[in-house]
Amino acid sequence: MSREPVAVIGIGQTKHVAARHDVSIAGLVREAAQRALADAELGWRDIDAVVIGKAPDFFEGVMMPELYLADALGAVGKPMLRVHTAGSVGGSTALVAANLVAARVHRTVLTLAFEKQSESNAMWGLSLPIPFQQPLLAGAGGFFAPHVRAYIRRSGAPESVGSLVAYKDRRNALKNPYAHVRDPQITLEKVRSSPMLWDPIRYLETCPSSDGACALVLSDTTGARRAPRPPAWVRGGAMRSEPTMFAGKDYVSPRAGQDCAADVYRQAGIGEPRREIDVVEMYVPFSWYEPMWLENLGFAAEGEGWKLTEGGVTELDGDLPVNPSGGVLSTNPIGASGMIRFAEAALQVRGQAGEHQVDGARLALGHAYGGGSQFFSMWLVGSERPDV
Amino acid sequence: MTRDVAIVAFGQSEHLRDSSQLSEVEMLMPVLHQVLGQVGLTTDQIDFTCSGSSDYLAGRAFSFTMALDGVGAWPPIAESHVEMDGAWALYEAWVKILTGEAETALVYAYGKSSAGELRDVLTRQLDPYYVAPLWPDSVSLAALQAQSLIDAGLTDERQLADIATRYGAHDDAYAVRPLRRQDCPPISDGAAAVVLAAGDTARGLCPRPAWIRGMDHRIEAHSLGVRDLADSPSTRLAAECAGAFDAPVDTAELHAPFSSQEALLRRVLDLDDSVQVNPSGGALVANPVMATGLIRLGEAAARIHRGQSGRALAHATSGPCLQQNLVAVLEAS
Repeated sequence: MSREPVAVIGIGQTKHVAARHDVSIAGLVREAAQRALADAELGWRDIDAVVIGKAPDFFEGVMMPELYLADALGAVGKPMLRVHTAGSVGGSTALVAANLVAARVHRTVLTLAFEKQSESNAMWGLSLPIPFQQPLLAGAGGFFAPHVRAYIRRSGAPESVGSLVAYKDRRNALKNPYAHVRDPQITLEKVRSSPMLWDPIRYLETCPSSDGACALVLSDTTGARRAPRPPAWVRGGAMRSEPTMFAGKDYVSPRAGQDCAADVYRQAGIGEPRREIDVVEMYVPFSWYEPMWLENLGFAAEGEGWKLTEGGVTELDGDLPVNPSGGVLSTNPIGASGMIRFAEAALQVRGQAGEHQVDGARLALGHAYGGGSQFFSMWLVGSERPDV
Repeated sequence: MTRDVAIVAFGQSEHLRDSSQLSEVEMLMPVLHQVLGQVGLTTDQIDFTCSGSSDYLAGRAFSFTMALDGVGAWPPIAESHVEMDGAWALYEAWVKILTGEAETALVYAYGKSSAGELRDVLTRQLDPYYVAPLWPDSVSLAALQAQSLIDAGLTDERQLADIATRYGAHDDAYAVRPLRRQDCPPISDGAAAVVLAAGDTARGLCPRPAWIRGMDHRIEAHSLGVRDLADSPSTRLAAECAGAFDAPVDTAELHAPFSSQEALLRRVLDLDDSVQVNPSGGALVANPVMATGLIRLGEAAARIHRGQSGRALAHATSGPCLQQNLVAVLEAS
């Protein structure tokens, strides 16, 4: 028995902003879903099942919100699944949906991820006091900054590298009409003089809090044949998890991330990711994670990732563009951020990325991570259908 | 779908009114050891792991990340989590095995209802703009459904009492009319786990695997005002798609936290008196929220493992008044 090939035939996003006061949670997700359906030129009746993902329910203050969102997503009378795997959830959700098609359980599936952070306060949603447990130090930045410092010490990277990533991603965001943070006056000096939040991470090297949703329509070979625009084919997909903390854990380059990437490359027959993959949308919530993940994902040897960033390789016109969309640094509706990476990778190989299109992109990696650098989900999409 | 997948092991904790002496990991770990021990597997021999739980029960974000410590996810494992009852985690794992990417899967679920006021906590599931601000609690909503069943002439308080007392409860004081305390579930803390395996792997692990012949789930509209609470079309449709009506079943494990919901489910699933319903005692004797549905699948499978059933139906539910329902059909051969 072989897997059914899975194609991305519709992609929709909302314009991501700090607060969408004009729509309810239902209105937000419906907007993205309708855009994905329009892109695929399909209607609600063409959808067999809905798979939805988001980060912790405390971020909006609604327990299991998929129950309330069944109507808005046209799911009444259909199967509806809700995935939650921390920050990697947007990616995991797309992979769960892809498996429904791959297993031939359904033909066409709508998958969607969202966060409406303005309904609540994500930092305090992450910082509820639990008796007898170590506090998370008020938000994610405090947790990740020591790991960044460990990377700098280990690799000997110059301290300027973080600001180069932020400057690049913020300029890329200016070419993406859906990006949240768009500052036409951005300069490298502005990044370097912004306030220090969690040493060595400065304010402009940090992701924003966004309201936003992203939706994909996935279908089988028949669905892809009928699709009005070129599909993106899923060439490989994987998830890996490891515990939050244990003696010997490498927070700088977690083994779960390495294993996950290796699994995806094996499925897609990729031997040399640096040479064969054309563009990467990776989950970089704090600037330094670009060089860190370049190493973790096998694009650079250990301790060498920062050289790709410093040498301009990851620029939009570089040899291996990273986050041409502006990335998580420019747009972060947490639960959706992983799916946006997966969607942007698909847009690139469909040739539909508009101003931030990488010329001739044929293979693109979408990457997400979450928790204490412990949950990873990735997919590799291509313009060519995989051999069955 | 050409792959045969079976439940080959099932384990659960003792379900307690209050487990404040135990963390979630401490509650879960013995259950994981129990199921893996049944089939002689270790964590590294499991191809895929999937769990179901809720942050709102735990009162903290990412509560499932700590539970992963109980699994021993090192070296890293292929793993996923649904913010749903564990029955849907089992569904995700079943699909994963159907793709051919996994031969075995570990599925678990847990819930500590005692950590908060469950009736209040469940109101947070409701429409956040128009309903949740009114804090209508889960027992009151179930009573609304019970009353609509009585008004439709589909049940009466005597039949509800027959259902409730069959499970050993005898407290006929009203909780919320027309539901008496005996019609309502206990508040329970607990955990459950199953192991799934494909084809010959399943046959090698279990002398009498419980083969999943079909599984489907459906959701209804959220607003109670647009639903017919005296009917459960999503259960009926899920059962049809799972093949439940293709041949008679001898056993049914129904996830009915209220006796009125059992009356409704028996009707939409065409279960007559020849079918043994909830030989385990069902949700009226133990209701560890987020695990109760998975336990129904596990209990039905365990009856097949023990040779007490040849074809069983298992049902799980989620949301207010049976909004979302899953039906699986399990067979001995």
